[in-house]
Amino acid sequence: MSSTFAPMTWHDTLYLAPELILAAMFLILIITDLILPQRVNRSLIGWLTLAGLLVSLGAVIWRMIDMNPSGVSAEEAAKAGQAISLLGASYRVDDYGNLLKIVFLIGTSLIVLMGLGSTQKDDAVTDKAEFYYLLLPATAGAMIMASSGNLVTLYIGLELLSITTYVLVGLRKRSSLSAEAAFKYVVTGGIASAFVLFGMSYLYGVTGSVSLADFGTALPQALTDYKALVYVGFFFLIAGFGIKIAAAPFHAWAPDVYQGAPTPVSAFLAVIAKGAALAAVFRLLYSSAFFVSGGSKDQAGDDVMFALLVIAAVAMLVGTLSALRQKQAKRLLALSGVANAGYLLVPIAVSVTIIHSNNFAEFAFYLVAYLLMNVGAFAVVTVIARATGHEELRGFSGLYYRAPWTAVAMLVFILSLSGLPVTAGFFGKLFILLGAASVKAYWLVAIMAVSTVISYYFYFGIIRQMFLRSNDEAETEIHVPAVTGLVIWICAAATVALGVMPGPLMKWIDMVFTIQGDLFVR
Amino acid sequence: MMDLTDLPILSIILATPLIGLLVVLLLPKHRNRWLQAAAIIFTLIPLVLSLMLYADYDRHQGGNAYEETANWVEVPLNKETQASNGVTSFTLSFQYDLGIDGLSLPLVVLTTLITAMAAFASVHVKKRWKAFYAWFLLLETGVLGVFMARDLFLFFVFFEITLIAMYFLIGIWGYFNRERAANQFVIYNGLGSAIMLIAFILLVSTAGFHIDQDTSTFIYSGSYADIVRNLADPSAWVNLAPDQTGGLNPFHMSDAMHTVIFLLLVVAFGIKLPILPFHTWMLKVHNEAHPAIVMIHSGILLKMGAYGLIRFGIVLFPEQAKDWAIVLATLGLINLLYGALVAFRQTELKLVLAYSSISHMGIVLLGLAAFNEIGLQGAVFQLVSHGLISALMFLLVGSLYERTRTTTLSELGGLARSMPFISGILLAGGLASLGLPGMSGFVGEFMSLLGLFDSQPWIAGFAVIGVILTAVYVLRAVLKTTFGPIDERFLAVKDARLIEALPMIVLLAFILLLGCYPSVLTDTFQYSVDGVFKPLFSLRMGG
Repeated sequence: MSSTFAPMTWHDTLYLAPELILAAMFLILIITDLILPQRVNRSLIGWLTLAGLLVSLGAVIWRMIDMNPSGVSAEEAAKAGQAISLLGASYRVDDYGNLLKIVFLIGTSLIVLMGLGSTQKDDAVTDKAEFYYLLLPATAGAMIMASSGNLVTLYIGLELLSITTYVLVGLRKRSSLSAEAAFKYVVTGGIASAFVLFGMSYLYGVTGSVSLADFGTALPQALTDYKALVYVGFFFLIAGFGIKIAAAPFHAWAPDVYQGAPTPVSAFLAVIAKGAALAAVFRLLYSSAFFVSGGSKDQAGDDVMFALLVIAAVAMLVGTLSALRQKQAKRLLALSGVANAGYLLVPIAVSVTIIHSNNFAEFAFYLVAYLLMNVGAFAVVTVIARATGHEELRGFSGLYYRAPWTAVAMLVFILSLSGLPVTAGFFGKLFILLGAASVKAYWLVAIMAVSTVISYYFYFGIIRQMFLRSNDEAETEIHVPAVTGLVIWICAAATVALGVMPGPLMKWIDMVFTIQGDLFVR
Repeated sequence: MMDLTDLPILSIILATPLIGLLVVLLLPKHRNRWLQAAAIIFTLIPLVLSLMLYADYDRHQGGNAYEETANWVEVPLNKETQASNGVTSFTLSFQYDLGIDGLSLPLVVLTTLITAMAAFASVHVKKRWKAFYAWFLLLETGVLGVFMARDLFLFFVFFEITLIAMYFLIGIWGYFNRERAANQFVIYNGLGSAIMLIAFILLVSTAGFHIDQDTSTFIYSGSYADIVRNLADPSAWVNLAPDQTGGLNPFHMSDAMHTVIFLLLVVAFGIKLPILPFHTWMLKVHNEAHPAIVMIHSGILLKMGAYGLIRFGIVLFPEQAKDWAIVLATLGLINLLYGALVAFRQTELKLVLAYSSISHMGIVLLGLAAFNEIGLQGAVFQLVSHGLISALMFLLVGSLYERTRTTTLSELGGLARSMPFISGILLAGGLASLGLPGMSGFVGEFMSLLGLFDSQPWIAGFAVIGVILTAVYVLRAVLKTTFGPIDERFLAVKDARLIEALPMIVLLAFILLLGCYPSVLTDTFQYSVDGVFKPLFSLRMGG
């Protein structure tokens, strides 16, 4: 294999442009923050961060257009669409990574906008500039995870993301909850990273390679020699990533951390950090475990996938059941995120077969739907928190009278979260359910449906507060900052649009994405 | 008259309330009268259109002429894994597919009629008019969509829209315990919808699969027509056992799975119907929601359960339906007797009517369980008839409550003296409910039981007891309200205003029309019996 050391060339930097832009912007903004006098409003840094994200997004899209040319012959298209392998195959630029990078960059952009509306006014955050520019390396870490070609790059991306988010969670320096959250997150996050690294070391030990491309051929042999060690390796990896994506039973940190962190950071953890870890699991398993499952005589891959299915099922049930008694908005969203991690794991764990092979499209669609509804809901929480001074669910009471349009948008997010039409969440869940049903995983279909019904109880509880109750504390109108309003409306409009017409997005994903070329690392 | 088939008439009927919704949203929120006028206009238009459609219908037998389809969701499933078999593409296809037949058309007319009458009855709504009429009109679109949709997922989407709209309508404009009623409504019906969704997903992933020979495309289709065709076609993939296709057929539906899906459908729609013991939510809704909403709920929404049971349960799974007919009949009998007995013990007029609904829905089940033509005719007749009668009764309850501020039977009495008109209509409605010949209630009960005597005489014999009990509890409730000594408080109350009287007269007129000329309804339904149901019955009866 091409895992010999190769120095970086000028061409490589072009391929790495999206990540490099974020890194450069990060350095520039640190220095700017140091030089700028105190009296200058730090929202400037926020807008520059947003600009950096959008330029990086442009670079990703440009790369995608380059790799998926239209109006050329089939061979040329296939040639252009080939995954680009960089730095001794440790880094891959392909449609899998690019699609997810687009999701991460759009998500982070929305979160920066949300921060411009809320963190700017949050007195507990002393260094406002830090909040903005630390999102850049965090996002770059997520992008590296989606694009990595070997275990080392994967781990570097994971740590880049983790360490910056440890800082971000503790940014509300005047709040003891934030400090507690940061401490808990550092400890559990550290354990998770250790698990991941430990699992990786076993995989390296039995296959003799860190490259994802080698696992497909090396694993069958490794299984005959060191079967137990392979299992240990995979299960440590699953446990480590399980903590990162907050899937039950590895989810206990999530409510505390989401509650203490600044709300935009909670949204970042819920959407980007979770999405990146899921992307890593997806790539990793389909480059390794998948090749020792199904037809092959060693069924280790099937066991790994089954373990993932069990985690998915447990996450859905535990997430919804423990959310039933929740009275705090961000804790509730954290637990709903646990359940959603379960839903997102299903298309990964339901293996690719001859009759069901659009796992990635299901995954990506639901990830987009999840991003929109969650970022939107967190944005509404920032509005509520500013108006009432707390983040309890009763703060939603009478929202319809105080900010009718925000209440309507929140209704859209809640319908999407509870998987009701006509929202993106409905089709997202429907596609995943159909996928599970087509491979006859009926027990999983039943669990998904049951947990969805249980979730109606608390989701409709919020609707009840907003529309059926009036607020005793204040009947005054709530002022929604323009940027926050923008985030809320982008999310709501996109949620409804995808709920009415999910076809175009699914078609587009299917058009650019191929299992052979983009998912499997060979 | 212009030929209706030239227009996308179903879409127009479906969209009119939505246009009304936009108009309502644009009107100022304190103008109660304007808002109600808009709601009345935009519910009368679909009523007129659907009546025209009803009149036009018999010229196009089977109703296929009105089918309206458009591609809604076409999701490609990954192409790589199929490329080796010469398959060009593999798609998941959901259609925007509307259609009517003799089963759904009467229910569409019933919907437009009752919503229009409920729009009149909304004169008693006291607050937040704008939001009320907005949800009200959305509800109408949802219900119409349920009866028209010919794609499983389109059906599901409309079904859920009614769920969301009803939640708000119950929870905001109901009586004291409205929030609890709304919650219970959402949880029970949400469970029902989830079970229905599971059944639909199982159906689409097996019976929905077919290969388009012309384009060599694999398709998972949500289309109702495709699924009916595939299930009936012995050479379709769903009916080929794995050993007939070389050991592997992921689309095969085993006998056990047939039964499981059928039972899932029975439970899903049984919650809506409601079949005992899933009825508690429905009592709360009847008792707590605003009377105009209960008119729609009792008059139409419960019918969605029976409609789904016929449309999906019986048509798709006739063999299972026949095997389980005795169970359905027993459940129906329990509904009938339990509802009637408990109704007799109620002290609250609204609850008498709620239990009466349970009892009457039992008759629908009995008619279905008869599993023959006359029984099915009776069940559908009973659906429409009960829709009209219960809408009328709750319209009256709304008007009574406005005047007396109570609907407890012990406090009412002698109202015939101060409100002769309302009392007269109440008596007429009661007589229709207990099945007096010449009114619609009689025909439905008679035909259902006639059908049942043919196939399950013992159960039919017991069911007759229920019919007698109905007379007892209805007369008790009506007489307690209208005759006897009158409370002094109620001596001065005024009789119905014109806006209240109008819908009462219209509904009663329809009840009498169906009672005297049942063929108005049965002829329309007959087309569907000939086209869809007769083959089922004859095939299964013979074999």
